[in-house]
Amino acid sequence: MAVKVVIPTPLRPYAGKQDSVEFDARTVGEALSRLTTKYEELRKHLYTDDGKIRSFVNVYLNDEDIRYLQKENTQTKDGDTISIVPSIAGGFASPAASGANR
Amino acid sequence: MATKLEPLTDRTAEPKLSKEEILRYSRHLIMPDVGMEGQLKLKQAKVLLVGAGGLGAPLGLYLAAAGVGRLGLVDFDVVDFTNLQRQVTFATSDVGRPKLEAAKERLAGLNPEIQIAVYEARLTSQNALQILRDYDIIVDGTDNFPTRYLVNDACVLLGKPNVYGSIFRFEGQATVFGYPGGPCYRCLYPEPPPPGLVPSCAEGGVLGVLPGIIGAIQAMETIKLIIGRGEPLVGRLLLFDALAMRFRELKLRKNAACPACGEHRTITQLIDYEEFCGLRGQEAPAATAQVPEITPRELKARLDRGDDVFILDVREPHEYQICNLHGYLLPLGELPRRAHELDTSREIVAHCRSGKRSAEAVEFLRKAGFRKIWNLKGGILAWADEVDPSLPKY
Repeated sequence: MAVKVVIPTPLRPYAGKQDSVEFDARTVGEALSRLTTKYEELRKHLYTDDGKIRSFVNVYLNDEDIRYLQKENTQTKDGDTISIVPSIAGGFASPAASGANR
Repeated sequence: MATKLEPLTDRTAEPKLSKEEILRYSRHLIMPDVGMEGQLKLKQAKVLLVGAGGLGAPLGLYLAAAGVGRLGLVDFDVVDFTNLQRQVTFATSDVGRPKLEAAKERLAGLNPEIQIAVYEARLTSQNALQILRDYDIIVDGTDNFPTRYLVNDACVLLGKPNVYGSIFRFEGQATVFGYPGGPCYRCLYPEPPPPGLVPSCAEGGVLGVLPGIIGAIQAMETIKLIIGRGEPLVGRLLLFDALAMRFRELKLRKNAACPACGEHRTITQLIDYEEFCGLRGQEAPAATAQVPEITPRELKARLDRGDDVFILDVREPHEYQICNLHGYLLPLGELPRRAHELDTSREIVAHCRSGKRSAEAVEFLRKAGFRKIWNLKGGILAWADEVDPSLPKY
């Protein structure tokens, strides 16, 4: 049950600079859990303190948003691709711009 | 009783192309997909570009060249040297000029047949509806979350399509929000990331060509919406990875529970977007206000006196290569597991580019027991301004 998890550019620094990682997993939640176990630093970027996927991070199984499937319980099959798609504001360096343009 | 016959419709409702325009747009006119009908639609179209930066550059150039009859530009910035790497509307001689003044001149030079309206202001909850109201299509080329949510909500309230594009380093996203029946930005992302979690300036940056590609996609979608041809990028999020040179497409659904465009919407007027994005009160970051600081001049005086001060550089290695103060390089992200490399008994001055990351470093190290530690106020940029003008700035 190998599934590929695609890591977006802004989160690559927290995932060993990888652009994708493969895991054996039966559900989306299981794959993400393996991912954040392997890359502990990613956890706070993907989950809130109470363990929910953050609202500015969307997770797709192939081309479908898991919010419209069975969320993290969505079953995966061999060869599926899970994409993590965070909101990006750029422009360019976001904090300078979003930090009230200082 | 002799009455002068008035034309049944006024000229603006039924425009014609001049001989010069026919020649200018001939490569559109000979395509059946555009033709005279499409070109006249372009001439009647009113498009507002929010942001005259990296995305705004190709947008402005292509939409002006294509003959969009009225182009509005919103921006409040001045051209600086760091813009030239990607904002291809500007010339080196434009550095220091207001962006809109330079852009208007450039676009009018490219196509004198069109009208260009400039709004030299920051788009705010107070002026947004008034500015957007006059346009058919809004193109979002901004660079920050508050303005993106503002543009989205204003477009939803006014019922106008919002051609969205966003970039980061090598990666871009594009879609069309606010199309009748289609999703809006809040359907995709109900909330922005909290400020602390957006990538720091060390991780920012963008390859100059990327906004060219994403901005050109936005321009193409805008023209398709105007001429009514093809399949608009509605309900689909286009992802572009320049390193892999790969386009992917994800499904975007209208969220029935969306606070902006859902059945039970709660956003019925514009709100305070700085507050919504958690940026209120961040203007003077709490961290820097609390940590002890030293100015570049004070530090220079201490070093000149021969004081034993340990310079800690918390930037990234590629930044160190640009310029440095011969400090000890330990990137902020590695500090938690490498703090043991530092000596608590020594006096330490931490610095980064502008002082923000090093303030975090100082705060972290103080909590870890370091007492003789200061943040270099204004970072290496301030050092270059106040102590060593030979140092390059970036």
